Amino acid sequence: MTLLEARARTGAVARINPVAKLGASALIALPLVLTLDWVSASVALLLECLLFPFAGIGWREFWTRTWPVWVAAPLTGLTIALYGETSGTIYVDWFFVRVSEGSLELAVATFFRVLAIALPSVVLFVTVDPTDLADGLAQVLRLPARFVLGALAGLRMVGLFIDDWRALELARRARGVADRGRYRRFFGMAFALLVLSIRRGSKLATSMEARGFGAPVERTWARQSRFGGREWVLMAIGAAISAIAVAAAAFAGTWNFILGPG
Amino acid sequence: MPVETPAPAGVEARGWGWRHASRRGWAVQDASFRIEPGERVLLLGASGAGKSTLLHGLAGVLGGADEGESHGELLVGGRPAASARGIAGLVLQDPDAQVVLARVGDDVAFGCENLGVPRELIWPRVRESLDAVGLDVPLDRQTKALSGGQKQRLALAGALAMRPGLLLLDEPTANLDPAGVGEVREAVERLLEHHPATLVVVEHRVEVWLPVVSRVIVLGEGGVVADGAPADVLGREGARLAAAGVWVPGIPPAVPGPPVDAPGAALLTGRRLAVARVKGRPVASGIDVDVRAGSVLAVTGPNGAGKSTLGLTLAGLLPPAAGELQATGALAAGAGPSPIRWTSRQLLTRIGTVFQDPEHQLLTQTVRDELEVGPRALGLEERATADRVDELLARLRLDHLAAANPFTLSGGEKRRLTVAAMLATRPRVLVLDEPTFGQDARTWAELVALLAGLRDGRDGDERAAIVAITHDLDVVRALHAEVLELAASQTDAEASA
Amino acid sequence: MHVSTSAPTTASAASHRLRWRVVDIVVASVIGVASGLIFLFWNIGYLGPQALLQPLLPGLQGLLDGPWLFAGVLGALIIRKPGAAIYTETLAAVVSALVGNQWGGFLTLEAGLVQGLGAELVFLAFLYRVWNLPVAMLAGAGAAFAGGINNLLLWYTGSGTSFTITYLISTVISGAVIAGLLPWVLTRGLARTGALDRFASGREARARV
Repeated sequence: MTLLEARARTGAVARINPVAKLGASALIALPLVLTLDWVSASVALLLECLLFPFAGIGWREFWTRTWPVWVAAPLTGLTIALYGETSGTIYVDWFFVRVSEGSLELAVATFFRVLAIALPSVVLFVTVDPTDLADGLAQVLRLPARFVLGALAGLRMVGLFIDDWRALELARRARGVADRGRYRRFFGMAFALLVLSIRRGSKLATSMEARGFGAPVERTWARQSRFGGREWVLMAIGAAISAIAVAAAAFAGTWNFILGPG
Repeated sequence: MPVETPAPAGVEARGWGWRHASRRGWAVQDASFRIEPGERVLLLGASGAGKSTLLHGLAGVLGGADEGESHGELLVGGRPAASARGIAGLVLQDPDAQVVLARVGDDVAFGCENLGVPRELIWPRVRESLDAVGLDVPLDRQTKALSGGQKQRLALAGALAMRPGLLLLDEPTANLDPAGVGEVREAVERLLEHHPATLVVVEHRVEVWLPVVSRVIVLGEGGVVADGAPADVLGREGARLAAAGVWVPGIPPAVPGPPVDAPGAALLTGRRLAVARVKGRPVASGIDVDVRAGSVLAVTGPNGAGKSTLGLTLAGLLPPAAGELQATGALAAGAGPSPIRWTSRQLLTRIGTVFQDPEHQLLTQTVRDELEVGPRALGLEERATADRVDELLARLRLDHLAAANPFTLSGGEKRRLTVAAMLATRPRVLVLDEPTFGQDARTWAELVALLAGLRDGRDGDERAAIVAITHDLDVVRALHAEVLELAASQTDAEASA
Repeated sequence: MHVSTSAPTTASAASHRLRWRVVDIVVASVIGVASGLIFLFWNIGYLGPQALLQPLLPGLQGLLDGPWLFAGVLGALIIRKPGAAIYTETLAAVVSALVGNQWGGFLTLEAGLVQGLGAELVFLAFLYRVWNLPVAMLAGAGAAFAGGINNLLLWYTGSGTSFTITYLISTVISGAVIAGLLPWVLTRGLARTGALDRFASGREARARV
């Protein structure tokens, strides 16, 4: 989801209820989280890669959105390789660094696992519209409407933050304090931004109350959030991916329960 | 059960008063009046007289016992105002703080949803409300792409969709340009034709609403000070209201005289200037401009034409997108010809800037500290700094606020504060973005007099060069300004200049 | 029936004190979203310091966890209602997740919930009546501890004892300072600007004008 842009998304995946996307992400993540082994993670990753082309986002966008994942996966893997649990032959032993057969295996598993869990959720959420998400959370999952809509209203203010931030920067240059003290200035600007946003939020709350928000009357919904066949299919795909991955791990004997012994 | 009150609601106040929990004094005290269903009332009074509080009280949004205390009664349609939500529609001053959802249609439907209106009735009402206020945009248009005037009309439509019996407008046109003001006034007139409701408007620009209202109530210390037909009340109370800052038709604020001398040497020259906020997307181009000492240059034009962007470029805060901007020797004084390359400190004594929203420029915890920021950055010693600050505090009537937190000041006081902070370092060129925006008549007159004084070189100071970005033609006339008009931009108009 | 100046009865006063008003929800949302943006910066920004700290002493990167924890404590200190810590921290996590990060949407949400819960439990232990500096630091530490355990289980599963202990200690310190002391100072600063006048936290800090 882009908090700032508003292009209407087309394509099959874009129109699926965001709650289903949330559910599919969860179904993929949970079983994979329970185990730390390279078989389940890479099988899941493979299946996901086969499905990414159908997700409705272009190549360029895919890479722009997922680059933090691609950077963090190897870094996390490296951490585990260097400092992870030791077992098997020890290759390097230097102060706190201990690279062993076991830690390398865990590192590879971690690398794939980060990718397998994070990539699908980024891809799915790129096409989510915040208002639709709020509708879904309140109508399908029945979360309290006051909180969901309040959060949505707060989320809308992000765009205004950017404009305010630019103005705050220019103002500091005009006041003579932009030459030195970058960090101090950053915190000063962040504080000012927080003050401005809270005041604007208070005014928005008054407007919302004036339009009847928060009243004890039962609320109706102008937009209906549907949860139908397509949504169940997406959830089923998510469940299938993790089921196949876990089955593969069990079959290969590499299932490694995170809370288990060792 | 949806609240269906299509009939206009009457208002009654019996000795009503309210005190905010964070204040010692009562915001409104002992207000008593009666408004018949369908009447249209203009509520006037000095700043701080409690007009906004009264309107918020009528809308039922003042908060509960932990936010303040009240006495007396306030009834809307026969029921206590605090529990009559949905009967009153409230439109506030700040266009950005009233938009709830991202799409136009959704935002208008918001009120209906809250009142429990069945879905099949909501969308017809949304379309009807948008028609009634004359906002002709598709339902899925992004709300952030709307102009100020459009956002205010959107707020009106949102209020109207709830079928209110009482329409409350709290300075709805204060933050709008003249085109937006006209749009909103017309929208309200149209609306009332098709959906009669009781109307209460608060505004200091009286002449905008005179054609619409049939009654004026003036609020002051101790409750209602005057109440009657507009001609009567303005005739009797006109002078007193004008002194308190209301723009009374027929009693214009005092304006300073013409410039003492002809304009002096040019301090800044721009040739074939193009300006942009975002690299590669100029909003205005081909501008030739000379900023001269002893004169005021007014930059005018419609929204989106790039006035603010030009102002910021002249102020050395944004780089020119094309063309060149040179500071002459008299201004540059050794700092190089290109203002954008000057350091922040060099800018302080050469070009001062006041932004449209004073809150963007508040840096410190007290008013005194705020004024000291500039001199301190210059490295002035204590004695000199203190003298300058004291003089400015007195000149701009901020001395009693010296220890207050800048954010707690009123709108007019914040504006005076940012102007004072700019003057603390005595720049020769002053750039002001909408200095009189939303100001009442009193502050307006003060600012205009101050600017005229600076233009003419008060007390032997050097004459300043002033660039004022403004929609306010009264300012242009009062300062005998040279006008630089920017044409509307070719690209799709953005929401703000 | 009119609104009078007499004080309401104790029972309704108590429930009033703990019930969320619309302004509570919207401002908590604003704080959550603003904090979420800071999380986004830190999602990328922490990678550098982590590369530096880790070789020093594995587990020391716990010191970098503070910036992800302060949202809940800040929200609770300003709003002072039950659930404020969980709500604000979760919403900040939602923002972080929606834009996309390396931990994946669902687990980021889960982390937010757990961290918020850690702070919430501390405030609950004081019955939502005490909002001073020690409690704030304790809440920050609580959020850090809960988040730390969560991270250890999910991401640092293959690590040894010394790593675990160093990590927990450093994350709790980071939490107490960055997610405890800092929000408390921030709340007082905000109160002085008058931005919090509609909240008890604001009215307390400002003298009556």
